[in-house]
Amino acid sequence: MKGQLNWFKGGLLLGASFLLAVAFVKPIGVSTQFVIADGIVWNLFSDTVVQKDAAIKSGYTSSNAYLNKSGGSYAKNVANPFNYSFVFVIAMVAGAFLSSRLGGPRPTALDRSAPEVWRQRFGNNFALRNLTVFFAGVVVLIGARLAGGCTSGHMMSGMMQTSLSGYLFALGAFAAAVPVAIMVYKRN
Amino acid sequence: MTIFLAIILGIFFGFALQRVGATNPQNIINMLRLTDLNLMKAILFAIGISSTLLFLLMSVGVIDAGHLSVKSSYIGVIVGGALLGLGFAVAGYCPGTGLVALADGRKDALFFVGGGLVGALIYTLSYDIIKDSWLFDKIAGGKVMLATGSDTFQPLLPFIPGTLLAVSIGVVFMLIAWKLPDKV
Repeated sequence: MKGQLNWFKGGLLLGASFLLAVAFVKPIGVSTQFVIADGIVWNLFSDTVVQKDAAIKSGYTSSNAYLNKSGGSYAKNVANPFNYSFVFVIAMVAGAFLSSRLGGPRPTALDRSAPEVWRQRFGNNFALRNLTVFFAGVVVLIGARLAGGCTSGHMMSGMMQTSLSGYLFALGAFAAAVPVAIMVYKRN
Repeated sequence: MTIFLAIILGIFFGFALQRVGATNPQNIINMLRLTDLNLMKAILFAIGISSTLLFLLMSVGVIDAGHLSVKSSYIGVIVGGALLGLGFAVAGYCPGTGLVALADGRKDALFFVGGGLVGALIYTLSYDIIKDSWLFDKIAGGKVMLATGSDTFQPLLPFIPGTLLAVSIGVVFMLIAWKLPDKV
C-alpha cells in the first residue's frame, strides 16, 4: 500500500522505538492498560475497588485480587490514570494519527469496514465482521492477560531482552495463529 | 518528565506501527496465512537490531541495565499466547495494533477494542479463581533471560558471555529478516 515502508526502513523505525523506550524508561507494553482502563471506569462507580493503604508498597490496595497483585501496582495506576504506561498507550493513537496525516498508508472507505481478505472470503457483511472481531478482542485480551503480556510486551520487548518468556509466548501465538489464519482465510 | 517521555515515546511507537503497516489487518492476516512476509521481516529486523544495540549499549554503560524488565515464564504464557494467536489470526489485530488502528478510522477496530476491554474485565474478575492453578507453574525458574545483561534476572545460559550471545541472536534475527522471501 502507498505510504507503507518496506521491511528494512520499517524495521529500523520500529526497532528504534523499542530501543529508545528501554533506553529512557522501560520496555514497551500495551495489554495491561486494557485492565487499567477497565479499572478506571470501575473506580468511578465503586468506593471500595481501590483504596489508599500506607502499609502497602504502592500505597494502594484493591478488593479485586488482580488489581491488588504485585503490591497493588495496578490499583495505584487505576487511582492515578495520569501515569507513564497509560499515557504512553494513549499517545500511541496520536502517533498513528500523525503518521496517517503525514503521508502514511491510508485505507479506503471499504478497508475501514473490513480488510480486503475478509471481503473476498465473507463478502461485505460488516455486521458479521464486527461481531467476529468483538469476540476475537475478548479472546485476545484474556490470552494476553493470562500470558502476562501481548505482542508488544512479550514478543517485541521480551525477545529484544532475550527473555525466555518472549520466546515461549511467540511459540504459543504462532502455533495457534498460523493454522487458524490458513483455515479461516485459506491461502489463495 | 516521565509523562513528557510517555507522550514522545508513545507517539513514536504509534507512528512506527502505522508506517510499517501493522495497523492494517490485511497485512497481519496475510503474514499469518504465510502469503506476504513483509511485516514479519520488519518485526524480525526490528527485534534483531534493537536487541543487538541494547546489549552493546548496556555493555558500555550507555543504557542502564536497571531499565530491563524481564517477564516471568510459566505455563500460562504459552496457553495465553495461543489464545491471543487465535483471536489475532481471525481479527488481524493484537492489543497494540487494534488500538492504534482507531487512528486510521477503522470501524472494526472499535469493536476489537470494545471486545478487548470486556476480555480484560473477564480476566480481572476471574483471576482469583485461577491464580493458584497449574497455569502459573513456573518454567525454568520464572524470570530468566537467555543472555546475562542485568543483575536482577538470571541467565539461562550463564556459561556464554551475555553480550556475545545477545548480539549473536540479534544478528541471526536480522539475517533471517533479510533472507525471508517477501511474497510466498
